Amino acid sequence: MALGVTPLGEKIESALSGNRRSLARLLSRIEEGETLELPEVTPWTLGVTGPPGVGKSTLIGRLVEYWIDNGEKVAVLAVDPSSPRSGGALLADRMRMDSTDSGESVFFRSLATRGHPGGVSHLLSPMTDLLCYCGWSRIIIETVGSGQAETRIVAFADRVLMVDGPDRGDIIQAEKAGIIELADIIAVNKSDKPGAKRAADSIRSSLELGNDKNLPEVHLVSAHNSSGIDELVVAIEKCSSPDWRNRLRITERLLSTWDSRLIMSDGLDGVLDDLETGSITLDEALDRLLS
Amino acid sequence: MRIVVAKPGLDGHDRGAKVIARALRDGGHEVVYTGLRRTPSEIIRIVTDEDVSALGLSTLSGAHDVLIPKICDGLREAGLGDVMVFAGGIIPNRDREFVFEQGVRAIFGPGSRTDEILSFLDACSDRIEKGEPIGVGQSAGWRWE
Repeated sequence: MALGVTPLGEKIESALSGNRRSLARLLSRIEEGETLELPEVTPWTLGVTGPPGVGKSTLIGRLVEYWIDNGEKVAVLAVDPSSPRSGGALLADRMRMDSTDSGESVFFRSLATRGHPGGVSHLLSPMTDLLCYCGWSRIIIETVGSGQAETRIVAFADRVLMVDGPDRGDIIQAEKAGIIELADIIAVNKSDKPGAKRAADSIRSSLELGNDKNLPEVHLVSAHNSSGIDELVVAIEKCSSPDWRNRLRITERLLSTWDSRLIMSDGLDGVLDDLETGSITLDEALDRLLS
Repeated sequence: MRIVVAKPGLDGHDRGAKVIARALRDGGHEVVYTGLRRTPSEIIRIVTDEDVSALGLSTLSGAHDVLIPKICDGLREAGLGDVMVFAGGIIPNRDREFVFEQGVRAIFGPGSRTDEILSFLDACSDRIEKGEPIGVGQSAGWRWE
């Protein structure tokens, strides 16, 4: 319901001076596809991924508390899936992070995937730029609960924390998962529950089977009673992504932009209609969409 | 529409709010659910950061006569007068007029159908498109009854 009377530049100035409403409105504008002209910035970003139900949101709540206590300004972008049928979305990550609803040092925004494959869209990049420009010094991106092949988060986050939990099944599941190779740090959450230490041990031994010398640290933490959180934050602060990641990041960004262009192209409905009736092939459909 | 569904105050029952949140999602809306026991200032913060067009308040505890005015006033003070507010839960007939006077545009009590709530939101979207007042800080008059 944007009133749209304020020019964009003025809105950016207002967001820069600390007006949350302006910042929130600008994020919506970016989500709708608008491009903002901003000076070059280098956002500090952490991607948090992992299977559903392992406690990503609760753990992020603890990280937020830690950073706020240490004088940082923390922004969280939490991505939840849009319904493939209705296009609607239920965005409920906030309810597990109630530490984020008060105080001026935290900004929390829920985002729906809006059909973007890989669970995150290319719009995350301008969003983190805007947040960084407005003084948010720690930016956390929470992905949708990932399966075994969700690697797109590396396109948008400089460091990736993978969260797992106890009783997640055979460790072969973790070895198959592409994301575990991309994690800079792994946290096994729910250390207050039985089986967590065993899960951490088997992830460690699984990692050691490979030839890679720079293995990610595996931390045992409990978002429930805060044990291990301080050590985890210290490790997150000092970790850096390996050089080979750059190529992958660029690849993922390219794929993401490609996906978004397809999904947002005007003729999409017509092309889908023709595909449904079988009057064009998939290759012809692509040619038409990208012409 | 982007909509916050919130549970203000101390009541601990949110089955109704969850049914509404789910129905709105299935109706194609993006719904941010706050979880239980939120204060008015937390709810205003959430509406601000999430940049939503509408706020649904579910209250069953009988504290609607205190919480709803606080939230509606808070929204207007925060410059969020264009946000549309609707309410649900247990709001006795004798209190309905008072709740509407706070700027609330619809009240959905027990027995309401979810498709009626979706029709209400469609009507709101139409009004927004035509530039007709719908927000909690905009002129009174139109309400869904």
